[in-house]
Amino acid sequence: MYSVLTAIISLGSIGAVSAVILYFVARKFNVYEDPRNAAVAEVLPGANCGGCGFPGCTGFADACVKSDSLEGLMCPVGGSRVMSAVAGILGKESTAAEPETAVVRCSGNCENRARTNLYDGARSCAIVSSLYRGETGCPYGCLGCGDCADACPFGAIRIDRETLLPVVNEARCTACGTCVRTCPKNIIEMRKKGPKSRRIFVSCVNRDKGAIARKACTAACIGCGKCEKSCSFGAITVSDNVAYIDDKLCHLCRKCVEACPTGSIQALNFPPRRNESTERDSTPTMQ
Amino acid sequence: MLKTFRIGGIHPAANKLSAGKAIETAMLPEQAVVMLSQHIGAPAQAVVAKGDRVKTGTLIAKAGGFVSAHIHSPVSGTVLKIDLMTDASGYSKPAIFIQTEGDEWEESIIRDESLCTECRLSPSEIIEKITACGIVGLGGATFPTHVKLSPPPGMQASVLIVNAAECEPYLTADHALMLEKSEEILVGIQILMKALQVNRAVIGIENNKKDAIARFQQLIPRYPGIEICPLKMRYPQGGEKQLIDAVLRRQVPSGGLPIATGAVVQNAGTVFAVYEAVQKNKPLFERVVTVTGKSLNRPANYKVRTGTPVGQLIQAAGGLPEDTGKIISGGPMMGKALVNTDVPVTKGCSGILLLPRNEALRGEMSNCIRCARCISVCPMGLEPNLLMNLSLHNRWEEAEQEHIMDCIECGSCSYTCPARRPVLDYVRLGKGKVGALIRNRAAKK
Amino acid sequence: MNHKLILSPSPHIHSGNTVSQAMYGVLAALIPAFLVSLWFFGIGALIVTATSVLSCVLCEYLIRKYLLKEKPDIGDGSAILTGVLLAFNLPSNLPVWIVVIGAAVAIGIGKMSFGGLGCNIFNPALAGRVFLLISFPVQMTSWPVPEVLSLHYTDALTGATTLTQLKMNLSADFSYTDMLTGNTGGSLGEMSGIALLLGWAYLSWKKIITWHIPVSILGTVTLFSLLIGVDPVVQLLSGGLLLGAIFMATDYVTSPMSKRGMLVYGVGIGLLTVVIRQWGAYPEGMSFAILIMNAFTPLINMYIKPKRFGESVQHG
Repeated sequence: MYSVLTAIISLGSIGAVSAVILYFVARKFNVYEDPRNAAVAEVLPGANCGGCGFPGCTGFADACVKSDSLEGLMCPVGGSRVMSAVAGILGKESTAAEPETAVVRCSGNCENRARTNLYDGARSCAIVSSLYRGETGCPYGCLGCGDCADACPFGAIRIDRETLLPVVNEARCTACGTCVRTCPKNIIEMRKKGPKSRRIFVSCVNRDKGAIARKACTAACIGCGKCEKSCSFGAITVSDNVAYIDDKLCHLCRKCVEACPTGSIQALNFPPRRNESTERDSTPTMQ
Repeated sequence: MLKTFRIGGIHPAANKLSAGKAIETAMLPEQAVVMLSQHIGAPAQAVVAKGDRVKTGTLIAKAGGFVSAHIHSPVSGTVLKIDLMTDASGYSKPAIFIQTEGDEWEESIIRDESLCTECRLSPSEIIEKITACGIVGLGGATFPTHVKLSPPPGMQASVLIVNAAECEPYLTADHALMLEKSEEILVGIQILMKALQVNRAVIGIENNKKDAIARFQQLIPRYPGIEICPLKMRYPQGGEKQLIDAVLRRQVPSGGLPIATGAVVQNAGTVFAVYEAVQKNKPLFERVVTVTGKSLNRPANYKVRTGTPVGQLIQAAGGLPEDTGKIISGGPMMGKALVNTDVPVTKGCSGILLLPRNEALRGEMSNCIRCARCISVCPMGLEPNLLMNLSLHNRWEEAEQEHIMDCIECGSCSYTCPARRPVLDYVRLGKGKVGALIRNRAAKK
Repeated sequence: MNHKLILSPSPHIHSGNTVSQAMYGVLAALIPAFLVSLWFFGIGALIVTATSVLSCVLCEYLIRKYLLKEKPDIGDGSAILTGVLLAFNLPSNLPVWIVVIGAAVAIGIGKMSFGGLGCNIFNPALAGRVFLLISFPVQMTSWPVPEVLSLHYTDALTGATTLTQLKMNLSADFSYTDMLTGNTGGSLGEMSGIALLLGWAYLSWKKIITWHIPVSILGTVTLFSLLIGVDPVVQLLSGGLLLGAIFMATDYVTSPMSKRGMLVYGVGIGLLTVVIRQWGAYPEGMSFAILIMNAFTPLINMYIKPKRFGESVQHG
C-alpha cells in the first residue's frame, strides 16, 4: 500500500512540476499566428511543390493572409477552385486563371535525331549539360536522363522508352512548374491547357541556323517563317531561328501545322481531319 | 624515404607506353582551326578578318581581359572564316579557320635551336614578353601564366616549384621534353625565378622518370638556386596543392591561393614555353602532345601546332584502332572525352588517349556500402560519398559547409569506388551549383 | 570503327575494385576459423554454417524478388557473408530450425527492411544472433565441449565457456594454448585466436580493412582490463572478442567512415564489452557492444570528420 502511495505521489509531483515549467515556457516562447493561416493552409493541396513561388503551402497561406488582395497570388496546383476557397476564407476577391499544363518542346526521338555519341556518365541532365551537348548532334534538345521526371512531385512525367523523350500525363500535371525550373535546356514550358486540352506549340527550341539544325534533327524548327506567314492572328514570331506560338493569341486553326515543312509544330488532342490521310495528324496526337 | 603529399592518393597503373620515345614533329594541318577560348578566363577577341594573310606566329586574337591570353597563328596562310566550331564538349564555340600555305614564320622569331642562357631583361619586361606570347599553363588547367607571375598585393613568392610530376597515367609529354630540352628548361626556370624575384626553385619530379632526374642532377651545378626533389609515385602528385605539400610540407589553406604558402607552381612544359618566348621571341602556338593507347600501333610524342585536328595525330600514330571506345584529350584521370576526331588541339592538350571500348565503359553502379575508400583516397580530406549524396538531393548549403569547393576534381573517389558510383560527377555538379550560390551572395552584397 | 564514341565525365579509368571482391575477401579470411571449428566441433559446425548461409541467401533472394520486385542479384556475396558470420556466432549444436529463424531475422529485419545492402544501421548477423540469444537463451548458451571431428550434432556434450566460468566465479585454470588454438567451448567460429589473427593478417594484406577498429578495440580492452585488475590475455582470447573486433565491428556499412571516427567507435566497443562482461547480466558483451556502437555510427560520422587538407592553417 505504502509503495503504491509513494509511486502516485512521486509521479504526480513530477507531472505537476513539468506542467508548470511547460506553461511558462509556452508563455515565454509563444509566437502569435493568425488563425486564418491554418484555415487557408487547410484548403491548399499540401504538396509543398513551390509552384506558387513561396516556400511550401504554409508560406503561401501566410502570403495570402498578409497581402491586401489576392492578385498575383496563385496556387497553380489547386487552380481557380482552391483560390476561390481561399478568397472565401479571407473575404477577398480571387483572380481567375486559366489552367495550364507542361509541354515538352522537343521532337528529337531516336528516329528524328540520330545518336552521335554514347553517354556513359551519371544519369542526370544537369551533369550532362554542364559538360557535353548530349548524345546527339543537337545542343538544344532533350537529353533524356529524366531530371524532370525525378523532380515532378506529382509523378506526372515519365521518359518514354521508345522515344527517350519525356511524356506529360495531363491528368496528373498541376502546372506547378518544378520541371520547368529543373530542365537545364529550358525545353519544358507551361502553356494554357486550351479547350478540350487542345493546344498547338512549336516542339523545338533549336536556335542554330536551319541547315545545322536540320542536320542534327529532321524534326527541328529551321526558322523558315512559313508558319509565321500562314498565321492569320499574328500569334507566331520567329526569332533566333526558332518559331514561337503565343498561346494567348493562338486560335487553334492548325494552319501552321500544315505549313511547317519539318513537322516541328505539334497539335495535341485534335480529332483527325476527315479528308486527310490520318498519318500526319495521328503521329503528334500520340504524344 | 622519398617525399610525397600527406593526405589520400591512389596508385593507378602508369601505362607510360610512349616513355623514352623521342619527340617527333607532326605534319602541318591543311587547315588550322584555332579556338578563341583555349585558356581559363575570358575568350580572346579576334583581330584578323576573313581573307587576311597571316604568318606563323602572327597575333590573331587579343586577350579578352587580364585573366585571358593572346592567341597566335599556328600556321601561315589565309584566314578562311571566323565561325563556330564544335569543341571537345560538342557545343559550338567561335574559332578562326586558317588555310595553310607554306610555313612562313614571323621575322621576329629566332628559329635557331641553339641554347641561349643570357637574359638581361628586368622582371616586368619578362612578364610583358610572356603576356605578349600568350603563354598559359600547359599542364592542362591553362591558367594564363602572366597572372600567376603577378602575385596579388601583399603576397610575395619565396620559391618557384616546377611541376614535373606528370602523375597522370599514359602521359609522357613533359618527360620527353625534359629529356630533350633539359638545359632550356633550366634556363627557363632561371628566367622565371628572376621574374618572381626568388632565389630558390625546386623541380618536383616523380621517381619513375629516373633518366630525367639523372640528367637534371648532372646539369644543376651550373644553375645556382635550383634543387631537384624526386617524389614517390602517387596520384594526384601533380595537383598544385599536393605538389606544394609534397615538396615544401606546407598546406595551402582551405579557400586560399597557393601563393599563401609562398610558392608559385609552373609546369615543366610551361617553363620551356617561357624559355622560347623570352629567349627566342616565339609565341605559344605549338606544344608536345602524347598520342597513346593500348591498341594504338605507334604510341608517340609529337610536337604539334595548335589547331591541328586530333584525327590527324591519330592517323600519324597508326590510325584509329577498331576497338576504340573513347578518345580523351589529356590523361585518363582528369582529361575530357572528345565528341569526334575533328576537334582541334588546343594549348592545354597534353595528350590524346584512346581507350578500348571494354575499358571505357563504366559498368553498372550499385548501392554505396560505406566502405569509406573514397574518404581515405581523397587528397583534400573531404567526404566524397557525403558530398555526392548532398548533391543528389540538392542540399547545396550543406554541401558548402562540407567544403565541397575544396574539391580539386582529381577523380580518385570515382576511381576507387567498389560500387562504381559516379561520385565525382555529382560532386562536380555540386561545385558548380555552390559556386553560383557564392557568386550570387557576393553580387547581392 | 563503326560504333559511337563514348562520352563521360572524368575519371575515365577505374581501379577494378568491386563490392563482391571485398565480400569474398572477408569470406576467404574466415576460412582458417571455419577449418578449426570443423576440427573441434565436427559435423555440427558444418550443418549450422550450411543452414545459415543457405537460409540467408534464400531469404534475400525471396525478399528481393517478391517483396521489392527487383532483379534479385545475390552474387555480391554479402548474404553469404552474413550467413557465415551468423553461424560463427552460434553454438554448433543449435537445432536447424532456430538457425533458420536467426537467418531470417538477420536478413529480413537486420538488412532488407532498411533497404538492403548499404542501408542497414545494425550489423545484420549480430541482429540475428542477439534476437536468438534473447528468444532462445537455453539453446543459445549451452556450448558443446570440443571433441575432435565429432559426429555428434544436437546431442553433443555441453560445458561452460571461459567467460561463463569467470562469471560464475568458478576457479579454473585457463590454458592460453587452448584458447589460441581453439580447444575450448564457445560459438563455432570464435574460439581459435590463431585462426582469427591469420584472417586479420589476410584482410590487412588485401587492404580490405584498416587497422583502426581492431587495434582500438583490442587496445581498449587490454588497458581497461589492466585498470580493473583482470587478466587482459584471457579477456582478449575468450568469447567473441577477436571475431567481433576483426570481422563484425569492421563491417563497412555499420562502422564510421573517418579514421578518427573509427578510433572513437573502437574505444567505445572495447569499453562497453568489458563493462558488460564485468558488471552486466550476460557473460559475453561483444555483440551488444557492437550493436550499441552501430547505433552511434551516424552520430560519429556527423561530428567526427576526416582531417582536411589545409585545415590546420588559418583561412585567408
